[in-house]
Amino acid sequence: MADRVGIEVSVALGDAVSQANVDVVAAYPITPQTHIVEHLAELVANGELDAAYIPVESEHSAMSACLGSAAAGARTFTATAGQGLELMHEVLYVASSMRLPVVMAVANRALSSPLSVWGDHSDVMAVRDTGWIQIFTENGQEVVDQVFCAFRIAEDNKVLLPVMIHLDGFHLSHVIEPITFPEQSKVDKFLPTNKYPLPLHPDKPVTMGDFAPPAIYPEAKWAQEVNLRASKETILKCWQEFANIFGHKYQPVESYKAEKAKTLLLTMGSFSETAMTAIDKMRGEGKDVGLVRLRLWRPFPFDELRQAVAGAETLIVVDRALSFGGPGGPVCSEVKAALYGEAKKPKIVSFVAGIGGRDISVDDFESIVNKGMTISEKGSPNEYEMFGVRE
Amino acid sequence: MPKRKPKSDAEMTWRDLEIGAIVTEPGNASRYKTGDWRSQRPTYDFKKCIKCALCQIFCPEGCIFPNDDGNFEADMYYCKGCGICARECPTGVITMVEEEE
Repeated sequence: MADRVGIEVSVALGDAVSQANVDVVAAYPITPQTHIVEHLAELVANGELDAAYIPVESEHSAMSACLGSAAAGARTFTATAGQGLELMHEVLYVASSMRLPVVMAVANRALSSPLSVWGDHSDVMAVRDTGWIQIFTENGQEVVDQVFCAFRIAEDNKVLLPVMIHLDGFHLSHVIEPITFPEQSKVDKFLPTNKYPLPLHPDKPVTMGDFAPPAIYPEAKWAQEVNLRASKETILKCWQEFANIFGHKYQPVESYKAEKAKTLLLTMGSFSETAMTAIDKMRGEGKDVGLVRLRLWRPFPFDELRQAVAGAETLIVVDRALSFGGPGGPVCSEVKAALYGEAKKPKIVSFVAGIGGRDISVDDFESIVNKGMTISEKGSPNEYEMFGVRE
Repeated sequence: MPKRKPKSDAEMTWRDLEIGAIVTEPGNASRYKTGDWRSQRPTYDFKKCIKCALCQIFCPEGCIFPNDDGNFEADMYYCKGCGICARECPTGVITMVEEEE
């Protein structure tokens, strides 16, 4: 059994990337991601990690350098947050479209203006459709575990797609938690050498990101879509094998006391753990409430979600991002779309809460559930509510 | 990766593409016919040609070469009909005409 240590989650993430034997890290520091890349830079500078650390001049360059590195067949990592993720936006599409297995940690952060360095999911939602596999984490152990899984999934020759690991800025990135690191020999076995099938090499030249006229572009995009959807099978296999070796089980949609519950709360990210405590409290008071958490954001787990909420009468979705002028929280929109075709579906209530780092407490979740149940009893609302905003 | 006969863009299905639409055959861009972009084509009065090669130097397509007589002439498979050669020729060898003529 490996050691369990108290460690800051960002530093633990860096250690996990180091354990994953990364070849290249190209990154630009930005709050609240800074400690992750600072730690990696330190490991490389101290000679503890045999990797190239490229201190680039911007996030756009960070992702561009990652493209080159991954295209050469190197195991490649970067990390960013908020505005940094926005600045690399156009290059994100290139990584997924050229099928380059880059792994990136995103310490989720609100977007300016007003300037906020604190956590929410605005940055994630803006890169929702960039073709990356996206996995959410709720605590430090999950972050470390998902680093190993992310490299394995990304580099699997059936997948060959970039992977984002989402961890909430500050709420998760900056807390000190007890974390168990796996034994190196087990990591090495779980994570084989990266064998990118068509690397840039002078002996066998290839052209990546070439130009596609209208006669071929839709075919190229459909191939990419089929591949991203099919990646779920590999993700499930990877998580099963991870559970067999390391004992921690991950699923695309995870439930907590949700079986046969009439009312379900649905969350994504670190505040899911607060929601669990709220569920315990409400269950203790005899309320018939459960929790469903989304772990796999892309490819969206349609079947698993439908299964998880089947039988519930009310589904209360709490988003950590706004969709200005849109239909409510972005997660809620997708949940609604996923359930629209179902013969029997719950009434769905949308809340946006905890943006720009505003804490959502156990009591807040309780109020959200109570409000949601009242709204649901009155009918099926089309509007959403921004929770906790002072009038 | 499967070996296959080259198909045209219009014939390929999504399954025929390499991962990431990566091109694995070096130099196959030479098969790309840029000549069909053309709306004008160059015509020549080679009696005036002094074989200075200015047209070859200025051609953005790189498709002008000396013919058997040493006169400089565009390869019409690639010539896009931009007319830069006609503009630069110091002796007025080249006249651009509409493609239909």
